[in-house]
Amino acid sequence: MPTDVERWKSETYGNEIREHLLEFAEQGWESIPEDERDAWFERFKWWGLYHQRAGQESYFMMRIGTPNGVLEPGQLHVIAEIADEYARGPVENPEFGAAYCDWTTRQSIQLHWIRLEDVPEIFERLEANGLSTQQACGDSWRNIVGCPVAGKDRHEFVDALPVAMDLHEAFKGTDEYANLPRKWKVSVTGCREGCGQGDINDLAFEPAEKDGRRGFNVRVGGGLARNEPRLARDIDVFVEPDAVEAVAGGLSALFREYGDREDRYAARSKFLVDEWGADEVRRVLQEEFVDRELEPAGDDLREEYTYNAGRVGTDDRPAGGHNDHIGVHEQADGAYYVGLNVLVGRMGVGDVHELADLAAEYGSGEVRLTQRQNVLVTDVPESALDALLAEPLLEDYSPDPNPFMRGSIACTGTEFCSLSIVETKNRQVRYARWLAENVDLPADVEEFHVHLSGCTASCAQPQIADVSLRGMKTRKDGEPVEALDIGLGGGLGADPRFAEWVGQRVPADEVPGAIATLIDRFRERREDGEGFRAFIERTEAEGDLETLIEPSETSYEDPYMHNTKTTWYPYADEDGMDASPAPARADGTPLSDADR
Amino acid sequence: MALSLRTLDDGAWVSAADERRTGASELWHVTGVCECPIAEFVVEGVTDVAVDGRTVAAETYGRCITCGRSTTTAPIPVGRVIDGRYEPIDRDAIRRPVGSSASA
Repeated sequence: MPTDVERWKSETYGNEIREHLLEFAEQGWESIPEDERDAWFERFKWWGLYHQRAGQESYFMMRIGTPNGVLEPGQLHVIAEIADEYARGPVENPEFGAAYCDWTTRQSIQLHWIRLEDVPEIFERLEANGLSTQQACGDSWRNIVGCPVAGKDRHEFVDALPVAMDLHEAFKGTDEYANLPRKWKVSVTGCREGCGQGDINDLAFEPAEKDGRRGFNVRVGGGLARNEPRLARDIDVFVEPDAVEAVAGGLSALFREYGDREDRYAARSKFLVDEWGADEVRRVLQEEFVDRELEPAGDDLREEYTYNAGRVGTDDRPAGGHNDHIGVHEQADGAYYVGLNVLVGRMGVGDVHELADLAAEYGSGEVRLTQRQNVLVTDVPESALDALLAEPLLEDYSPDPNPFMRGSIACTGTEFCSLSIVETKNRQVRYARWLAENVDLPADVEEFHVHLSGCTASCAQPQIADVSLRGMKTRKDGEPVEALDIGLGGGLGADPRFAEWVGQRVPADEVPGAIATLIDRFRERREDGEGFRAFIERTEAEGDLETLIEPSETSYEDPYMHNTKTTWYPYADEDGMDASPAPARADGTPLSDADR
Repeated sequence: MALSLRTLDDGAWVSAADERRTGASELWHVTGVCECPIAEFVVEGVTDVAVDGRTVAAETYGRCITCGRSTTTAPIPVGRVIDGRYEPIDRDAIRRPVGSSASA
């Protein structure tokens, strides 16, 4: 029997949701019939709107997809203006103020506290400027990710940007692919570093060469969520750029036809590939979904991959290889891009305006978003570099940050998300600051990745970090408190591996102490020039991995130890559910019970 | 009167009568999901929900924070249907999985 979600989708889904959404917006929150809210909230996701958690009724998260993370000149100003005007909640966030933008791990943008009544005007302004929320959430093609400097990278093997943009054009808003069993995450990478993180996507195109022709090898069925991480599997197919669309369409049609619609937990492509195996996926793709003869895979570049790989020092890295895109880098055209570190991927709107101004003043106005929640200012002439680097904004969003600031990623957490078990973004900000002030990494370790995810949905990609943190609870001094599981040694690169979970239910205020101990032992026990990830792999082989961490209280103080999930908003002075102003009218005034 | 029951948002919620009523990430006291006499069970996700007589019960996955055992559970009571309306079980109640022979 199909699930309720499948039934709702069969009644109304895809582009046709828009007219209903606009009607509800016109008439206000109360016009959504109470017995249809589940269905409409599920459908609204297709247009990038996700209803916020309990205590925040009538407020939405809005996700704006930016293919390959590219924000064309002028678009960042539009985003800042919309956030400034429409993304202000009833209470300020103590770290980020009243309105802010989140840059996500899929090179998208998230705004919070969006009111349904404002959606038509927001859509109008986005679309007038070439932006859209279409398919940013929901069961369809999600934002296509890739190397954020595609088309500009000096070391690029094949220009993947036109390929990603073609896929965006072909599969966004196309009814034939609008309703898939679950989300469909696609990565296209043409660089030598593996910046597209294809291994953790449902469908990955990765650079390859065959008989002197440059194109892509194809992998399917990667993903991290629900304690079931999978690396995408090689299906032994090579495609040239002009054939990517046909193969991508064939594979998403295969998923549409054969993916599980009876059980949403089994509906991701990774489970279909588990069941069938890569050979069967290839056979069915060839026989049922593509007209052209599929070519066997070419020679890939995976041995060169460095992105998020934990390699240290230039001796250990192929020329030009990166773990991330922070810093000043020369482009293929002789201009430069400057990668700025955005701690936990969140910027207040004032800073977003300033960033847009700087991009226009010193570069082409283009800004790009990375999968490590950072931003790049592109097309900066060498003559303008010093002036850009001297701008005050770059003190807060540094191109040369402390490694702990550089490596921090956090998901949305209990601030807005129903699934999260713990507070994340503000906690990770405090962790990074404390670690930067109190823990010294070896001098040759410039990058250290700590990813904090509030639950097993893995939005912060915890399994592919040096230190993986995942939300949990425990009991401390007799009281239930927020806690984290700790994993070590995950990463991508030539030899991707998921973190080994070594610390269970560590009270959140003891995690910085555990990381400090870990770094101490790394300094003491590492072999000459050994990177952290190699050190973890060696220690694991020696059977001593669990001796590396020792949770303990330190000078670090955590204001979010109580159950933030039971608050209406964790940072409100009056944070109990009874104090919630939601649901509220378009102007923010609470709706009384009589009005509901 | 029919009462609609479903899970929503990737298992974040049990929805009853189109209202999100019981969420993932709560801490429940449960018997019979591990060796602990009473597990303190963090619900990491809800995979299904159904009504058995008057009892509304949810299949979940999660972990006991006392012993650390991760498990997928038999249906655990989350509410009752009384006069056609859904009434949630008290947050601090001790719950026994439906069909379980375990005792508190």
